[in-house]
Amino acid sequence: MTSELTRDQAGPTGVSVRLGAVVKEFETETGELIRALDGLSLDVAAGEFIAIVGPSGCGKSTLLNILAGLDRASTGLVEIGGAPARGPHPEAGVVFQSDYLLPWRSVLDNVLLPIEIKGLDRKAHVPAAEQLLADVGLAGFGAKKPSELSGGMRQRAGICRAIIQKPGLLLMDEPFGALDALTREQMIIDLQALWLRLGNTVIFITHGIDEAVFLADRVIVLSPRPGRIDLDLKVDMARPRQWAEAHADPEFQRCIGEVRRCFERRGVLHRAQG
Amino acid sequence: MARADQPAAAPGRGTDHSRAERMRRRRRIRTLEKLAAPVLGLVLLGIWELCVRVFDVSTFILPPPSAILLRLVSDWQLFLGQGVTTAIEISVGFAMAVLAGVIIALCIFYSRIVEVAVYPLLIALQTVPKVALAPLVVLYFGYGWGPKIFLAFLISFFAILVPTVVGLKELNPGFANLAKSMGASERQVFFKIRLPAALPNIFGGLKVGLTLSVIGAVIGEYVAAERGLGYLQLQANANFDTTLNFASVFAIALLGLAFYAILRLIEDLAMGKMR
Repeated sequence: MTSELTRDQAGPTGVSVRLGAVVKEFETETGELIRALDGLSLDVAAGEFIAIVGPSGCGKSTLLNILAGLDRASTGLVEIGGAPARGPHPEAGVVFQSDYLLPWRSVLDNVLLPIEIKGLDRKAHVPAAEQLLADVGLAGFGAKKPSELSGGMRQRAGICRAIIQKPGLLLMDEPFGALDALTREQMIIDLQALWLRLGNTVIFITHGIDEAVFLADRVIVLSPRPGRIDLDLKVDMARPRQWAEAHADPEFQRCIGEVRRCFERRGVLHRAQG
Repeated sequence: MARADQPAAAPGRGTDHSRAERMRRRRRIRTLEKLAAPVLGLVLLGIWELCVRVFDVSTFILPPPSAILLRLVSDWQLFLGQGVTTAIEISVGFAMAVLAGVIIALCIFYSRIVEVAVYPLLIALQTVPKVALAPLVVLYFGYGWGPKIFLAFLISFFAILVPTVVGLKELNPGFANLAKSMGASERQVFFKIRLPAALPNIFGGLKVGLTLSVIGAVIGEYVAAERGLGYLQLQANANFDTTLNFASVFAIALLGLAFYAILRLIEDLAMGKMR
């Protein structure tokens, strides 16, 4: 990805998201009711980058599925762009941990899948798709099959697919969780550049405290199940942030420390003994 | 992209000349590999021919392949006529099996009640040897097309049904979720994702089912028929004409191969179109 930092004037600005006392309960095989989300309230401004961190099983992915319209809240309010969300939102693009590229389609045809599904003119979107691929360093890979790409390249193609329609809301569920450390670092840096260019709203779910603090305007820490907001932390650092420099920044260290202390209080993380 | 990993051209190796040479050698090896199976087949036929002649085996016991092939050629009208009958039995039975197999597989996939009520019964029925039903099928369907088509259908139906169900179920739900997050309807999810993803399984089932259909039709002819390649074998047996018997086996095998080739063509077409 190029670090072209001028905001795309033609692109949409992000859409706002509002969650009001969202509760999600599941019934288990034994008939037991499990509460995954326990009255979650959150206001996300248009164009804001929100990272949600929390231990495994805290309901992060449930929350993302609700926002993506793949699941419904048991009770509570879910608003996207000021209107109650019913089903998948046309302004939302989703990236999962697994790239879910269709193995029989070329990379380009994978990127164009949302266009096909929405019944839009495929041909008219080919140049845009090729440009997106070039932007993420996949120029000339459009005709290749996903199996010919590395994990990081596949996830980049998956991101292109999610943003082909310039969604006002980008939902990302641990998108870099399956990548090696070096690839992950580059993807984080590139995602920041991409977001700065698109100006959309991003809700980014992760296990990684450092990537959450580095990327986000606000880091939301969820408690162990049932998921509640434990901490809503504003990260006050200028953009674009540089990976190495950011780690030395006192604000970065303060935020990391706050999130860690939050996890320690909950027993998610323990300090070394002795 | 930087190509730091590319080795520097060593004298005598990475040059264009030796590279073209290596490519040529590779192509030659590949052509030879393609010929391996046909050559081995011919060698085996040759050994058969030789053994029959050297040990002077009676054609009543084992005719030489040359005699069988000659018979196929000289009596081609007979084999063609009987072959058409068997071919119709196979194609009608197989087509019915494809239709029923895929439709019931879809019902099992999309309906929970069909899955819990019907699928286990079908799996249980699958263990019944269909060939053992042949005499009963004659009892119910008489001596005409019925029993042959029904056996060709029944024997291949299960071979198509089960892989189709497995293929549909195997898909990681994440793919369907992704499409739904783009606003896809279930119809779109099916045609853009589920069906193309299941195609390799479905065609695997079709290939097995097709060869079984050939068996079903021939068994049907063994039990009760007045026409067809299986019937021709019975006639050959009655007349102690072993050459005709073997020639019929060859004709049945050729018929099966022709059907298989057509299916492969359809497979290539479907994989290209649907995927």
